[in-house]
Amino acid sequence: MDSRFVEVSEPKAGGKAGWVWGLAGLVLWYGAYSRLAALAHWATFNALRLEPGTRTASAAEFFIFEAPKVLMLLLVVVFGVGVLRSFFTPRRTRALLAGRRESVGNVLAALLGTVTPFCSCSAVPLFIGFVTTGVPLGVTFSFLVSAPMVNEVAVVLLFGLFGWRVAAIYTGFGLAVAMASGWVIGRLGLESWVEPWVYRMVHAEEEAPEESLAWPQRLAAGREAVQDIVGKVWPYVLAGIAVGAFIHGYVPQDFMASFMGKGVWWAVPVAVLLGVPMYSNAAGIIPIVQALLEKGAALGTVLAFMMSVIALSAPEAVILRKVLSKKLIAVFFGVVAVGILLVGYLFNFIF
Amino acid sequence: MNIEVLGPGCAKCKSLYAEVEKAVAQSGVAATLAKVEDIEKIMGYGVMQTPALVVDGKVRSVGRIPRASEIAAWLGKPIGGN
Repeated sequence: MDSRFVEVSEPKAGGKAGWVWGLAGLVLWYGAYSRLAALAHWATFNALRLEPGTRTASAAEFFIFEAPKVLMLLLVVVFGVGVLRSFFTPRRTRALLAGRRESVGNVLAALLGTVTPFCSCSAVPLFIGFVTTGVPLGVTFSFLVSAPMVNEVAVVLLFGLFGWRVAAIYTGFGLAVAMASGWVIGRLGLESWVEPWVYRMVHAEEEAPEESLAWPQRLAAGREAVQDIVGKVWPYVLAGIAVGAFIHGYVPQDFMASFMGKGVWWAVPVAVLLGVPMYSNAAGIIPIVQALLEKGAALGTVLAFMMSVIALSAPEAVILRKVLSKKLIAVFFGVVAVGILLVGYLFNFIF
Repeated sequence: MNIEVLGPGCAKCKSLYAEVEKAVAQSGVAATLAKVEDIEKIMGYGVMQTPALVVDGKVRSVGRIPRASEIAAWLGKPIGGN
């Protein structure tokens, strides 16, 4: 093995020069970000010469402002989360959760779910790896609910389009649903509804040495996250914002109030049911949700719809069917759906 | 040399497989390359995240896609490092 080769080429990327470039980039980023509103105004009325007060101008200014804003936020946050995630591996998370009492375990699992790298394609090995090494079933479910639901893309979009209050509410109640539904499933004692071969499986100790990454590799992880996530998500963001801009400019105020408003009691369950077969990432759904909200839809109904689309997906049920019996999948979806319903009603009641 | 790419066939598994093919071609190592989709075999390596890369029975990477140059180093033939 030629170690000299590795040592010479790696530190270059993240040495002192790397930090200087990073800092300079951040300053530039902030400078541009804080001037976006003025720039959008100038572009709409001076460069495009649109008539102030018209629908077209209102839609155009919305798009010119929101699109770069959300993309810039995504870039920075996805990079940061990519670096942060290099500190949390599923193996470390499991070590923290194994043998934990319930309740404490549920809280911890939901929190760790937000920072541990997770992709629904590895849901099965992760599930087996957790339950065969002493992580209680309910605690495992808390993790499985929170990991896809409370993710950085959702939180950034919510912050960018609705402000920090809605982002914090979504995060807080997303975690609460994950904790509570995992706790309930744990109480029900459904271990026998897991496919029997899962518990018979001998889980080998991972042979790979726990990689302790150096900073250049962590920064590379951030870059990879940006390429991977932002590269995949940006067309949805732009399309969503375009739809949002159209609705912002052309759809009359309070248009949604009659069928997604507060007074419509059946709107929340319908929103949850509609969300299950719809499988979309946060990027596709949030800009559209924003438009609904702006035109009079109730916050609770909209939150319930969003959580249901992101957390309850038919493809995930198919993946988990390998390790869970149909009954357990039904209970899992049922319990999470009830949690989301309660959040929806609670918000319509409070706001 | 025996190389296995562990994963149920998601997009990332395919890009890892392609990256391994590149590493093998560039370094000129004689190796057999196999996709492992069977969950029991994957768990047998104690891996919780896919895709994972196994070279001669040793887990080298988990849950990420290493570059061809990194993989070539595990094959004992770093690209460009004579």
